[in-house]
Amino acid sequence: AGGRCSGSWRAMSPAYVPFLPQIRGSRARALPDRALVNCQYSSATFSTGERKRRPHGDRKSCEMGLQLRQTFEAAILTQLHPRSQIDIYVQVLQADGGTYAACVNAATLAVLDAGVPMRDFVCACSAGFVDSTALADLSHVEEAAGGPQLALALLPASGQIALLEMDARLHEDHLESVLEAAARAARDVHTLLDRVVRQHVREASVLLGD
Amino acid sequence: MAMEMRLPVARKPLSESVGRDTKKHLVVPGDTITTDTGFMRGHGTYMGEEKLIASVAGSVERVNKLICVKALKTRYNGEVGDIVVGRITERRRSAEDELAMRGFLQEVDLISAEVQAVFSDGAVSLHTRSLKYGKLGQGVLVQVSPSLVKRQKTHFHDLPCGASVILGNNGFIWIYPTPEHKEEDAGGFTANLEPVSLADREVISRLRNCIVLLVTQRVMLYDTSILYCYEASLPHQIKDLLKPEIMEEVVMETRQRLLEQEG
Repeated sequence: AGGRCSGSWRAMSPAYVPFLPQIRGSRARALPDRALVNCQYSSATFSTGERKRRPHGDRKSCEMGLQLRQTFEAAILTQLHPRSQIDIYVQVLQADGGTYAACVNAATLAVLDAGVPMRDFVCACSAGFVDSTALADLSHVEEAAGGPQLALALLPASGQIALLEMDARLHEDHLESVLEAAARAARDVHTLLDRVVRQHVREASVLLGD
Repeated sequence: MAMEMRLPVARKPLSESVGRDTKKHLVVPGDTITTDTGFMRGHGTYMGEEKLIASVAGSVERVNKLICVKALKTRYNGEVGDIVVGRITERRRSAEDELAMRGFLQEVDLISAEVQAVFSDGAVSLHTRSLKYGKLGQGVLVQVSPSLVKRQKTHFHDLPCGASVILGNNGFIWIYPTPEHKEEDAGGFTANLEPVSLADREVISRLRNCIVLLVTQRVMLYDTSILYCYEASLPHQIKDLLKPEIMEEVVMETRQRLLEQEG
């Protein structure tokens, strides 16, 4: 079973979840009690301002793939499919800041579409701190300005955090407000995704009749 | 030379007149299905802090004390007695295997088989012990979602329009020309490589487009629905069948006939 979706956010990324549980390549990597989640990130050569030479295989792509994997391992119920592999391929078509968040949101829809069991949606957003104000959903220009920025992936129903990542210096007094801004934006994304998915499920069930 | 080009547009929302009023309980992952702990949890649900929560997007089904969520698209789960169509990708290499099977079935061959047993991790073991299973010769393969293939008594159909179809439970559908006479002695391990006539090929192409059509409109696939769709598609050219407006028209007519037949 495969699922696909196109994230219609700042950075667009279609995500594929092909071949739900299936072992390919090294059987030795199979985990006996749960599924292996494999995420690959690639960005199209035309996605950034300057044409990119290497769409995938560079450090940023590997790191992004790892982060996506951590995020989805927290959300997918991997115990239900032992000794199998779930592949998630994400490709960014247009990068204008918040690429991690866009990838997570798109991949959530793809995983959902493929019928892979998950705890909840995973909604993500980036946030930063500029001029004593917490900003959510940073654009490329705002990211390049060099202020502290964090990426948050949330499981909205329970409020649990799937991934929280920041590599900058931020005074702990400000952490609360920045985190709050990101969480609020992630919840807004959830509202949107929720609405779209419900509509789709409703249409499909009407079409199927019975 | 004139060519037709189409650009992608946003899908139209479903018109409310199609389909009956559905009172099904639709959920998405994270939704609470019930807080009543008396229920047993089935597929598509998990238990979290005293509540039963959905883990897939779909409709809730309740059978007595068992609650499960049926997702829109699911991976195929084998059950004993299912018919599957598939391509051999890899095989066990043992000495006896070399001697016996390789003469008949090789890698890359398309075969039809029946599920003999299901292992606990979901793997299935297949057998081709009846003469009606075995290697598939010339025809067209269509891959659809397994959830759209209706469970029936038999999955081998000889359609009156002039072709035969095998509806694999795993979503692989094989359309082939109806064999002239049943070759009982050959047993299904030799592929028939005689040229297929143009008329037969047109029937098969039309059937293939009909099936793709039904799948995009999410109609369950079984012999009657495929046949009605074939008949509804006759006024159109085969290559036009995949155009959205013609697709809607044909499916509307097919649904109409199916409703009349049931009602």
